[in-house]
Parts: sequence; structure tokens; C-alpha cells
Amino acid sequence: MSKIKKFMYVNRRAPYGTVYALESLEVVLIGAAFDQDVSLAFIGDGVYQLKSDQDSSDSDQKNFSPIYQALGDYDVSKLYVEKESLEERGLTLEELMPLTYEDEDDDWAEKDSIRVVSRDEMAELMDQQDVLFNF
Amino acid sequence: MKFAIQINEGPYQHQATDTAYHFTKSALEKGHEVSRVFFYHDGVYNSSRITTPPQDDRHIVNRWAELAEAHSLDMVVCVAAAQRRGVVDDGEAERNGKDATNIHPAFRISGLGQLIEAAVEADRLMVFGD
Repeated sequence: MSKIKKFMYVNRRAPYGTVYALESLEVVLIGAAFDQDVSLAFIGDGVYQLKSDQDSSDSDQKNFSPIYQALGDYDVSKLYVEKESLEERGLTLEELMPLTYEDEDDDWAEKDSIRVVSRDEMAELMDQQDVLFNF
Repeated sequence: MKFAIQINEGPYQHQATDTAYHFTKSALEKGHEVSRVFFYHDGVYNSSRITTPPQDDRHIVNRWAELAEAHSLDMVVCVAAAQRRGVVDDGEAERNGKDATNIHPAFRISGLGQLIEAAVEADRLMVFGD
């Protein structure tokens, strides 16, 4: 497989009400082995997936939010979060998990993975993709 | 055009698999290629051979199996999603010590890599679900 495609995983749902968010992460982790140009988008209730201090213990469901922190190690370093979706839910960037990656093109400097983009910018990013996975 | 199909919802509960079926059938009839149909999330339930709908309803599982037979379709059920939901073939039953299997022989259980590979190689990935 020589073609490198632009893959975007679009996360639209809150983390625990359905299994989509967790099973989306499983696709991202497997997909990371395929050396494609990968990014994640978080829109709508999907922005809750990145909320810091998640505690799912009362629901008997596994708190899988630490997996997002490992994405940088899988060379998944572009996490686009829609600004309007944050605002509509009263969330700010500061309330999301601090996620970073080491930039191999910049002497392994530690950089933020999360990039807040406007709805218009998100539409443009989606337009540039070869493959969109919706979860 | 070469299509890969992803189905994220179970049968009867949701229209996604019906729409995916009609899309796949039409694409094949018009001479397009469908390189793989990948069943994920509750979509894995589309592969249960013990599915028994009322006689006056469509049989979603058998319908997929017949389409696969006619066009040599590669229908893949995600192993991780299948394990969670109790969709089992002989290999999985043996590995996990289960006393039964339920997958229709027209489907095969494999990994998520099959979905990524299909998306890389197809001209279009079509995702059906909410």
C-alpha cells in the first residue's frame, strides 16, 4: 500500500452514553499502524470525549480517557476541536485534557495536539480529506 | 468505481443496513466494484445465522449472504466488536472457550485492519449508520 491518504475520524458523541467513542478509538489505534495522514475531529457532544477529570466509576464503565493521552505516541497528533461546539456546551480549552506529541521535525519538541478550529475551518478540513470515518 | 462499505448499526433496529444493502446491490448491478463490506459496532449482528424474522419480513442476514454469494463479496465482521456482543465463529469459540457459534458462513471475523486497508484501497468509503 503505497498511497498515503488523509484519514479523518469524526467524533460526534459523548463518551459513555454509547460505545461509539470507545470503538472509534480502537479504529484509530489500529489505523495508526497503516502510516496514513491521520487526524481526529471533535464536534457536537464529541467534545466531551476530551474533557479532563473524567470519572466513570459510578457507571461501571471503564474510564478510557487516558487512551487519548497515548495518541501522541502513535503519531496521532492532529486533534481538531470545534470552537462553536465547545462554546455551545459552556466548555473552554482549559477544561480539556492537555494532550501533547513530540514533533520529530522540530527536535522532538513537545507540542499541543489539540487545535481549536472554527466551524468554517472544520468544514474546510473535512473537504480536504480522502476518507472520513464517522463515529 | 471501487467502494468499501462500513455498516455501524444492527438489523431491524435501524435502517442503516437496509440502505447499505440497497446501495451495495445497486452499485454492483451498475458495474461498480465493492471490495469489502465491514460490519462494526452493532453492525456485527447482521451476521447472525440464527436470526429469525417473521415470515412476512425481509431476512436481512440471508439477503446479505445471497448478495455475497452472487458477487463474491468479502463480508468482514470486526473481531473486537463481535467478541463484546457474542457473535462467534468456530475459531473464536475455540479460542475463548464458548459452547456455540452463530455466525453465518457468508461472513468472516477479522480485525479492524481490514477496515483501514479497505478504506486505503477503495476510491470511496461509504459509512452507514447514525
